Amino acid sequence: MNLFVFVKRVPDTESKIKINHETNSIIQEGLNFVLSPYDEYAVEEALQIREAKGGQVTVFSAGPDETKAILKKCIAMGADEAVLIKDDVSETYDALRTARIISQALKTKYTEFDLLLFGKQSVGADSAQVPSMVAAMLDLPQVNVVTKLEIEGNSGTALREIEGAREKVTFMLPAVISAQKGLNEPRYETLKGIMAAKRKEIPVVTLEELGIHPEELAVGLKLTKMESPPVKESGKIIEDEPGEAAKKLAEFLRQDAKVI
Amino acid sequence: MILVYMECRDGKIKKSSLEALSEARRRGDEMGMETTAVLVGHGVNALAPDAFRYRASKVFVLENALLSHYSPSGYTKALVSLIEEIRPEIIFFAATSMGRDLSPRLAAELGVSLAADCIQTVTKDGKLEVRRPLFAGKAFASFTFKTSPQMASLRPNVFPLAEPVEDQGETIKKEVVIPEDQVKDRVVEILKAEGAELDVTEADIVVTGGRGMKGQENFDLLRELTSVLPNSALGASRSAVDAEWIDHQHQVGQTGKTVSPSLYMAFGVSGAIQHLAGMSSSKFIIAVNKDPDAPIFKVADFGIVGDLFQVIPPLKEELKKILSE
Repeated sequence: MNLFVFVKRVPDTESKIKINHETNSIIQEGLNFVLSPYDEYAVEEALQIREAKGGQVTVFSAGPDETKAILKKCIAMGADEAVLIKDDVSETYDALRTARIISQALKTKYTEFDLLLFGKQSVGADSAQVPSMVAAMLDLPQVNVVTKLEIEGNSGTALREIEGAREKVTFMLPAVISAQKGLNEPRYETLKGIMAAKRKEIPVVTLEELGIHPEELAVGLKLTKMESPPVKESGKIIEDEPGEAAKKLAEFLRQDAKVI
Repeated sequence: MILVYMECRDGKIKKSSLEALSEARRRGDEMGMETTAVLVGHGVNALAPDAFRYRASKVFVLENALLSHYSPSGYTKALVSLIEEIRPEIIFFAATSMGRDLSPRLAAELGVSLAADCIQTVTKDGKLEVRRPLFAGKAFASFTFKTSPQMASLRPNVFPLAEPVEDQGETIKKEVVIPEDQVKDRVVEILKAEGAELDVTEADIVVTGGRGMKGQENFDLLRELTSVLPNSALGASRSAVDAEWIDHQHQVGQTGKTVSPSLYMAFGVSGAIQHLAGMSSSKFIIAVNKDPDAPIFKVADFGIVGDLFQVIPPLKEELKKILSE
């Protein structure tokens, strides 16, 4: 099995997000960048499939040179190879652009694969679009938000999470899968893995090498404004005995908030 | 023309699709555009009147036995053929599980960008501008579109339903021709969760338990509250999920679901930044926590400093009393 995993470098979930209102962008200084949490499930799933069926796991990411750090983490987890697609354009929140870069790479240079794995969404842009878009561009089946995956020969079955239920989906390989929490338990890097990652050369390919012209990557969404959430005024905090407190709360819900 | 995708589940159109349709009509009236809807599936023709009630002037029905169960590739092919024919300027989806799966595939087939999970739409210079959360709500961004059709998915439970009107309009049936090999991914079965609980993203009231719940069995206390409160769902913080007290489906926060219910009730939730990101846009927030310094109190409209195990039983009785009045 030739398993490709696509990952993204994002600020960790503990980060406070500050905005530069002149450039309508996130202030990068002081942020701790990590492998996007859902991508860890995608990497782990690829490793488990390789362990069960043999094959190779290659991890890709598009971004600036700093992105190598998360690719090294994937190598330390056990991935065989990693590729950095060099893209110095800062976050556009336009998934179409990212999907075009990935699908072009898969059409021109990295054409041999059985499964394309993604996290169900990146933490930050929260778009959850790239996997479906890549599937469309390559005319492949897709299953998103997957909590269980079984591959048998050249077909697969996956469970995907929907509102209050799970859908069982069947498909043929090659296919696009996006991972949800619950799919597996991502492993920690081993010392051996960390040493291997340190030595590992991560090849860098440019957009030109993939035959992509910058004009093909014109951004389709125009960001007009970026804002922090409104600051909430602090509410009423009470420390009454439980019965009394419960009564006041119920009254508040009915009379002040009018939500019940 | 604005086209709104009508999602069908359990033999009816989902409420979130009708919310998206209601919002589409508001924009359509401002822009002088006709508001239409599309149904995809098999035997879905009968659902058209519901779309008329929520002010679609036309309903396109794309029927094919191969589409009786959801398939992102098959549904996309069907929609592309319609869209190429009727050329809408704007396409809305509800940002449900299906909407968020299907709309990006359709956008890519059409070669356009898509703004996902929007919480506001406005008309600006005759065009659409949308607002959506980033970082699960730690920031918000507004976007206009450089590609056409302008495509957006709208978060459930945010946009008000229109007042229903008489169910009049034009149903236009389209024969869909899809080669069987174009249906590449098929839903073969839907496995319902036990008790068919309401999803946190669709509930008006979310009752959430955190680390302070102390154990799996204590979530039954919260389930008792949800059984009293109408249209409510059970939520959980990441620590409760990681402790395996409750399934991840219930997790609210940056690595779970982002919710904006009318009422959010947090019991024993400390309020880590990644949890607050997922729920602080709720209209009213209630917190019960032993620790007066818990960050959750900073976003709470009403907080009780106390032992949740002592507060919940009398609270349940008070709520029952009020709701029966």
